[in-house]
Amino acid sequence: MEIDPLIFRLSIFILSIFVGYYVVWSVTPSLHTPLMSVTNAISSVIIVGAIIAGLSGNSDNVFNTSSIFGFLAIALAAINIFGGFLVTQRMLAMYKKKKKNKK
Amino acid sequence: MISANFSAIFYLVSGVLFILALRGLSSPETSRQGNFFGIVGMIIAVVVTFLSIGNFSSGFIYVLIFILIGGSIGAFIAYRIPMTAMPELVAGFHSLVGLAAVFVAISAFLNPEAFNLGNPGNIKLGSLIEMSIGAAVGAITFSGSVIAFLKLQGIMSGSPITFKGQHPLNAIILISIIFLIYFLCSTQSSNLFWILLAVSFLIGFLLIIPIGGADMPVVISMLNSYSGWAAAGIGFTLENTALIITGALVGSSGAILSYIMCKGMNRSFFNVILGGWGATDETSKNISKEQRPVKSGNADDAAFLMKNASSVIIVPGYGMAVAQAQHALREMVDTLKKNDIKVSYAIHPVAGRMPGHMNVLLAEANVPYDEVFELEEINNDFANADVAFVIGANDVTNPVAKTDPKSPIYGMPVLDVEKCKSVLFVKRSLSPGYAGIDNDLFYKENTLMLFADAKKMTEDITKNL
Repeated sequence: MEIDPLIFRLSIFILSIFVGYYVVWSVTPSLHTPLMSVTNAISSVIIVGAIIAGLSGNSDNVFNTSSIFGFLAIALAAINIFGGFLVTQRMLAMYKKKKKNKK
Repeated sequence: MISANFSAIFYLVSGVLFILALRGLSSPETSRQGNFFGIVGMIIAVVVTFLSIGNFSSGFIYVLIFILIGGSIGAFIAYRIPMTAMPELVAGFHSLVGLAAVFVAISAFLNPEAFNLGNPGNIKLGSLIEMSIGAAVGAITFSGSVIAFLKLQGIMSGSPITFKGQHPLNAIILISIIFLIYFLCSTQSSNLFWILLAVSFLIGFLLIIPIGGADMPVVISMLNSYSGWAAAGIGFTLENTALIITGALVGSSGAILSYIMCKGMNRSFFNVILGGWGATDETSKNISKEQRPVKSGNADDAAFLMKNASSVIIVPGYGMAVAQAQHALREMVDTLKKNDIKVSYAIHPVAGRMPGHMNVLLAEANVPYDEVFELEEINNDFANADVAFVIGANDVTNPVAKTDPKSPIYGMPVLDVEKCKSVLFVKRSLSPGYAGIDNDLFYKENTLMLFADAKKMTEDITKNL
């Protein structure tokens, strides 16, 4: 009997939870705010679903109810992707070490 | 058009890059590289999606337009947002992830052919279950985050909103969501799908309104986790590895942060979720109403104490951020350092309004991160330090948490500020903090209260140094 592909996806999911668990515990507490903003950005990879939804209309009729929801989701996810990565970068750029020349 | 296997491999690559993005945050040196990995992962995922659809019809232009619109809004916000407003921003972003998940689910429900999930009214059972879970969690994330955003922004009062029968009502709604998903899957009725969404929006709203302003760090972390689970649910529907991996990562990340925040306040997760702390606690308000003697001083006294110290520990709290005193504080510290005084910063896990918030604010004021220490790292040093300078923090320094089992904050890990030779406490009045209880530290022998605005006081001290 063949294994349902769902089982493979479930395996990836469960193992990723464990990976996430160990990776996040190793994040230094001083970077917890950038952690939240970057997780925000990466969870917006949901944009791939939004793109499929947006392109679901046929060429005569680009906008149908289903694709409109797709386009809206694209915009929302894009706000998050750009906003999330850029604000993370802005924050990380501020973390500086003690200057050596200052005693 | 590229094959499904080929694109699946690239989705896996982008999932791995996202893992590396989080891994990079284990130290500030590697963090920027990590963020870069995250961006590359995102670009790969988007490009592969385009290639796998392979149909560059007129719709494609609109996709780019919407990405551009969203992207410029996002970039604009990212550059303009003040660091003090990070909690609001993150809450706002969570709501967008939630809503995007809902929209994708709606789209997939209305047009399952586009996603290879069957036909309308006859969607594959597994996909329908995944889709409805993703939609429900997304809707909860959305409305919950909107409430969190409004509370943080001060548009909505931070005090808990509770009413009779709240918990039974929430329980009934949560159970009804499970039944709705069950009936939706057995009947494929679109009406049930809309009802499910409406009820999920409602419960997200109801779950967050009873949680008080002081608990917002937990709420934000929790919603972070929800947004991950919503993404994972959609990932299962779309059979997309990148989305499944990311959802799991974000889900566990948010859960761990919630745990750390709860531990920082010594409260159980359920205690926070059920809400209504502080404002409703009558007993704590009536304790210690009697007037006790307090020593208060001015900037001159404070400067004198610090000038004669050899080590100073700064304890910043959210009040510092409100007063915008972080830059003034760093100038004061610079002056102290010129006088060969050792200065370090002590940060409590729940200082600020979201995990790690205080660290960002200090970093913004050019405080080097290797002078900033977490509670466990620095707590033993208070006994050897000459001066503790508490600015904008309150409950996290209250020794009552160690001594009085009746206190609502008993057992909460606190900074051992009172062990310092002298304590300078900058505060506008003797009013209690978030927890609504009096701080014993105010009345200690070695405490000098500095009643003033945090920024002004810090500037005055610098002048007197």
